[in-house]
Amino acid sequence: MAEFTLRLRRFDPESGDAPYWDEHKVDLEPHRSVLEGILQARARFDGSIAIRCSCRAAICGSCGVRINGQPALACHTHLDKALRGARDGVIEVEPMGNMPVIKDLIVDMDAVHWKKIRRVTPWLIAKQPVPEREYVVAHENMVDVTQSMACIQCGACVSDCLSMEVDPDFIGPAALAKAYRFVGDPRDAEQLERLQDLAEDPAGIFDCTHCFKCIDACPKGVAPMSQIMRLRRRATGDHHIVDRNNGARHESAFVSLIRDHGILWEAELLPRSHGGDSFFGKFAPAAGAELVDSLPVIAKMLLRRKATPMKILRPHNLPAADLKQIKRIYTTVEGREERFELNLYISGYDEEESEDTATAAVAADGGGQTAAESGQPGQSPEGSPTR
Amino acid sequence: MPAHDVLIIGAGLAGQRAALAAAEAGASVAIMSKVHPVRSHSVAAAGGINAAISIDDDWTSHAYDTVKGSDFLGDQDAIEIMCSEAPEEVLHLEHIGVTFHRNEAGLLDLRAFGGASMKRTAYVADITGQAILHVLYEQLMKHHETVDRYEEWFTTSLILDDDGSCAGCVARDVRTGAMEVFSAKNVILASGGAGQCYRPTTNALICTADGIAQAYDVGAPLMDMEMIQYHPTTLAENGFLITEGARGEGAHLLNSEGERFMEKYAPNKMELASRDVVSRSEQTEINEGRGVGEDGGGIYLDITVVPKKRVLEALREIVNIGRDFAGTDITREPIVIRPGQHYIMGGVKTDIDGRTPIPGLYAAGEVACVSVHGGNRLGANSLLDTLIFGRRSGEHAAARSAGVPMPSAPETRLHEDVARIDAIIAREKSGRRTSEIKDELGTTMNRLVAVYRDENGLREAHEIVRRLKEEAGTAYIDDGGTVFNQDVLGAIELGYLLDAAEATVVAAIERKESRGAQFRTDFPERDDDEWLKHIDISRNGGDAPSVSHSPVTITRWQPEERKY
Repeated sequence: MAEFTLRLRRFDPESGDAPYWDEHKVDLEPHRSVLEGILQARARFDGSIAIRCSCRAAICGSCGVRINGQPALACHTHLDKALRGARDGVIEVEPMGNMPVIKDLIVDMDAVHWKKIRRVTPWLIAKQPVPEREYVVAHENMVDVTQSMACIQCGACVSDCLSMEVDPDFIGPAALAKAYRFVGDPRDAEQLERLQDLAEDPAGIFDCTHCFKCIDACPKGVAPMSQIMRLRRRATGDHHIVDRNNGARHESAFVSLIRDHGILWEAELLPRSHGGDSFFGKFAPAAGAELVDSLPVIAKMLLRRKATPMKILRPHNLPAADLKQIKRIYTTVEGREERFELNLYISGYDEEESEDTATAAVAADGGGQTAAESGQPGQSPEGSPTR
Repeated sequence: MPAHDVLIIGAGLAGQRAALAAAEAGASVAIMSKVHPVRSHSVAAAGGINAAISIDDDWTSHAYDTVKGSDFLGDQDAIEIMCSEAPEEVLHLEHIGVTFHRNEAGLLDLRAFGGASMKRTAYVADITGQAILHVLYEQLMKHHETVDRYEEWFTTSLILDDDGSCAGCVARDVRTGAMEVFSAKNVILASGGAGQCYRPTTNALICTADGIAQAYDVGAPLMDMEMIQYHPTTLAENGFLITEGARGEGAHLLNSEGERFMEKYAPNKMELASRDVVSRSEQTEINEGRGVGEDGGGIYLDITVVPKKRVLEALREIVNIGRDFAGTDITREPIVIRPGQHYIMGGVKTDIDGRTPIPGLYAAGEVACVSVHGGNRLGANSLLDTLIFGRRSGEHAAARSAGVPMPSAPETRLHEDVARIDAIIAREKSGRRTSEIKDELGTTMNRLVAVYRDENGLREAHEIVRRLKEEAGTAYIDDGGTVFNQDVLGAIELGYLLDAAEATVVAAIERKESRGAQFRTDFPERDDDEWLKHIDISRNGGDAPSVSHSPVTITRWQPEERKY
């Protein structure tokens, strides 16, 4: 047994008082969970502490909270690990972010999380005719969508989604992972329509900024951002959807810039995002319009000496030898007959395997995208702040 | 006042399946749950769902396995229905989107499970319950216009009208504390089991016998309540479930001498004998000093014999559970497990359409006892039970509503329940805390009403439960608010648990033989002459349970000696 101090964020909507901190000391084995700590405090000292919880085993998804500022399931975080992440020897537990607080650690999931889930037409639109027996589907397809089926709707990813913080309309990581569960399911009849819908929505798949927060937050290895990237690859690579938000062109501009220069060149990114790779792309009217829009930002940047005109306009280039390496990656990846889609359910977390798969993922995704989107096989669970 | 043809209480697999079936039959439907539907405990079902779906299989083989698994206490008419309708139900799930794993040919893959004579368990990795539950919830979202959802509403009482038919319920909006009467022509209880009577248990904190106690309270009989399933593989540390799928995929059980001891107890089926047999064997090994772990109270489950690739794709969840809750990498070393409370075979007595003897009151899933599980449930038959009898209840209730006028549920119970809750909140802080009483109940049941039982222990358990019931009457809570007052709901749940626990103990004392999950060291043999019958427990108006017996339905399989 060891003693741990929990500092809980409390809020009683009926009191008229502001939220406050409430500390309790609990006695438990160090590898018991933060949830067990909270339940002990509730049983021994204060029955009014409110937290949703049910299974205690990271399956039901009820107890999403923030522990020392990081989103996690309370039942899935050991007390000793939580203590290591604490600033002042006290484990701090708060309600999740991006959702309104109802009482203490309970947030309004319906107002945000479930509303977004409902946005993605969250049910199978079965291919017709429905067979008499089962649909014949490749084993790999079902294992593939199992990763997004493994989502327990806990809201941890929604809690810390940076894009959603800026744009509350963003459909968000959990709902888009749910969308992949249908887009990746060969039995669904409307994969193209789903992709078009999610690509054309200004708050859709191109609203994600690749920040990886949701991958860190997810207690079930769903890697929502990876599912979002898969949606993008299906939309742009397989179905050649060019969306009105310019998401597809913007992404392909990244890819071509890295191929040409080995490093991002922001001044060229804007025209390429609108006009494509050719020199004349610079004269695309939309590029001009956005340039004019951006003038105040550019002016500020220059005034504050964040950049000089020379630095902005001169092409950014890696040394030739490095650039050659980059091009080799492109040749390898683009020469593949099939896209690599690594999946946690296949690759696992194992250390020996993770090296291979991480390398493969980098190779598969090229410079414009990232290793982790293939199911974060390279990331050991120990490295995740929530574990 | 909300009024519906069919009101379903509980939104796990049985409840959601019932709601969808009733809506499809054209009834106006509401589904109510004290938690959000996807938090329901069906989510924890791991291994899979049984159906004689392979062309080499036959539903009668599935039915015989189930009858044998039940130690011949299961009602064979109900078992025949469940097993013969299973393939169609599983295909229905497949058609609405459940991502069942496939074999090389792209058809549903099947895995081996305990007590089954062939591979007949369809699965989604080891998250089958979660996958089905989430897919049914997808369907509820799809059919939001025909199924009203009351998520996070806690039922406090069932309401009967003057002629004794069920007319609705009283419920509390957990979020606001508002209490309301719901009128309904039919109520389907689908609120799950009573695992929280035990500590430890694999069951979630929400499994508090709500529906069992509510039905018992209005006079519906309970059946087979003595039959408590101890799952052979729960984490020694904290009682979490390790799926039977692990043994289905080939894992071994080993004692402290490294011996596959199941050879002694079930030479043919080994680790895949029925759960009561495996749990008892483990307990015998432990009692005779061949246990493992710190206090010798555990057994090794060795999953390292299963190919690692297979473990990663098909047993992912227990890799996580081992890593996160036991610090064990199951792909490299054995994990310490022991038998732990997992399921109740008993529940509210129903017929094959989910009807209780109270007109308009149905029950389906773990809350109910049809009885398809008898003395012992086979692994992967519980999901099937919830879906088949959930659907049948929904269909039957929808059909019944055509001929019944909409009742106007009387408000008496509402006023009583409001007063009851106010009284709990107003209690002086002089008695015990509700949490203490719940702890004592759980540890008592796990000590005295477990794998091995005897008269003295059961009598002691009964006395303790009676005392706890009295103490619960004055137990105090801390929360005086209305918004998410989980404290007061906990006090109500404690009352439900005590009712269910008492029924269990009384039935266990009554059955003076050993059958299925009930093993009496003072009556170690099965006695078909005397005890091939169900034990029914009902309240009959008073506080003390009264006991009666009812016959077991036998259609084609006569009782025989059970060997695995």
